[in-house]
Amino acid sequence: MRDFSYLRATSVEEAISAAAMPATMLLAGGTTLLDLAKCGVAEPERVVDISHLEGLDAIHVDAKGATIGALARMSRVASDEAIKAHFPAVSEALWQAASAQIRNMATIGGNLLQRTRCAYFRDPVTFPNCNKRNPGSGCAAVTGVNRNHSVLGGNSACIATYPGDLAVALTALDAVVHLGDRQVPIDDFFLLPGSTPDKEHAMRPGEIITAISIPASPVARHSTFLKVRDRQSYEFAAASAAVGMDLAADGRTIRDIRVAIGGVATKPWRLRAVEDALRGKALEPDTVKQASRLAIEGAVDHGANHYKIELAPRVVERAILKLGAAA
Amino acid sequence: MTNTISLNLDINGKTQEVTVEPRVTLLDALREHLGLTGTKKGCDHGQCGACTVHVDGERILSCLTLAAQVEGSKITTIEGLSDAAGELHPVQAAFLEHDAFQCGYCTPGQIMSAVACIREGHTGSDEEIREYMSGNLCRCGAYPHIVDAVREAAKVMS
Repeated sequence: MRDFSYLRATSVEEAISAAAMPATMLLAGGTTLLDLAKCGVAEPERVVDISHLEGLDAIHVDAKGATIGALARMSRVASDEAIKAHFPAVSEALWQAASAQIRNMATIGGNLLQRTRCAYFRDPVTFPNCNKRNPGSGCAAVTGVNRNHSVLGGNSACIATYPGDLAVALTALDAVVHLGDRQVPIDDFFLLPGSTPDKEHAMRPGEIITAISIPASPVARHSTFLKVRDRQSYEFAAASAAVGMDLAADGRTIRDIRVAIGGVATKPWRLRAVEDALRGKALEPDTVKQASRLAIEGAVDHGANHYKIELAPRVVERAILKLGAAA
Repeated sequence: MTNTISLNLDINGKTQEVTVEPRVTLLDALREHLGLTGTKKGCDHGQCGACTVHVDGERILSCLTLAAQVEGSKITTIEGLSDAAGELHPVQAAFLEHDAFQCGYCTPGQIMSAVACIREGHTGSDEEIREYMSGNLCRCGAYPHIVDAVREAAKVMS
């Protein structure tokens, strides 16, 4: 790990002005930054510790929705009673992510900004070519070992999977990322790789995430997060689905539905086609199965990750039916 | 020019001064600078849990925490778990009783994690223990006995 200087920020203003200096990175939970510094991927000269800033870790829930401070730890949000009651998919996505230790460290803001687990991205010594690390150098994953890589949203420049769970739940529930006074809908916050895979989100230089808000709604209150992975716990998603659903009084007509998937795409992947195919329909297994196939519209596999094209619609289908059965 | 900072760390109830480069992790500060080698370095990337310690009563990974970050916090390591008279903590006693280790390398991390797991109330069933202890890997595969030890220690402590 390259040596760096350390500054403990005492105000958001101080953090923003320090972060604007060259080769400077913000440190919150540290679970991504220190890991990547050891891998030689992150090479900051200055580290600004924002984890001690006051007032940025509050969780507030009222009739309009939830506002979660960027420095709230994953474990606190996962176990918050109001979040569990009004946004169950958010709590479920959080407690199924990482480990208890990491959830005590990692913050909500940092969680959104976690980097891909692409093994080529994480190993700059063996694999110098990576368009995310070194724009224009190529992508080793496209023709490499790519079982965990994306089947949606990628191209020949980058097929790295967005690894997080929380952002998938937030994408389904139309959350908004607060960058100080500027607010960005979460689906616009995460960018497709396009020709600039190094640019992963819509933050401008000098901006920091201050909070996340989630609007209250019947779909948010009746929501779930389903995660399928290679081992039962402490593993990234092979495929995941966040679903929120509002059923009519008859208990079977889908009044409204929100679906997003993770573990299969270069960013948290909202499934509006699936939602449109189910809105107003009766909750029948065959209808759900047919609609869930739309999850992988446009999917492209690279050999070893073909299984994700089979898996993703099944995870969507199972999540919807599980939520329907719980109604 | 060597870039070092001087830190006062509250470890196991005692304030200790340490002078380290800012990039030094809590794990390396404990092991290499303070001689507290009970906390183990496994993967050093947050994937194995061997380096688990408590900061302000919560379990965290010392390999992904800078020593500088925890100045002003209360740090507890495996060395600080038994009481002043040297009596084993109930979780330590349960690990012995249930033979919850083979090589022992992951054990300090397992025990620190288990103490917190019990305090958090995540020992309602064996399934819940397995889920909330999943951040601690045991390559010898002592998991069934670890679950036994955590379940029984939780009963003793309740």
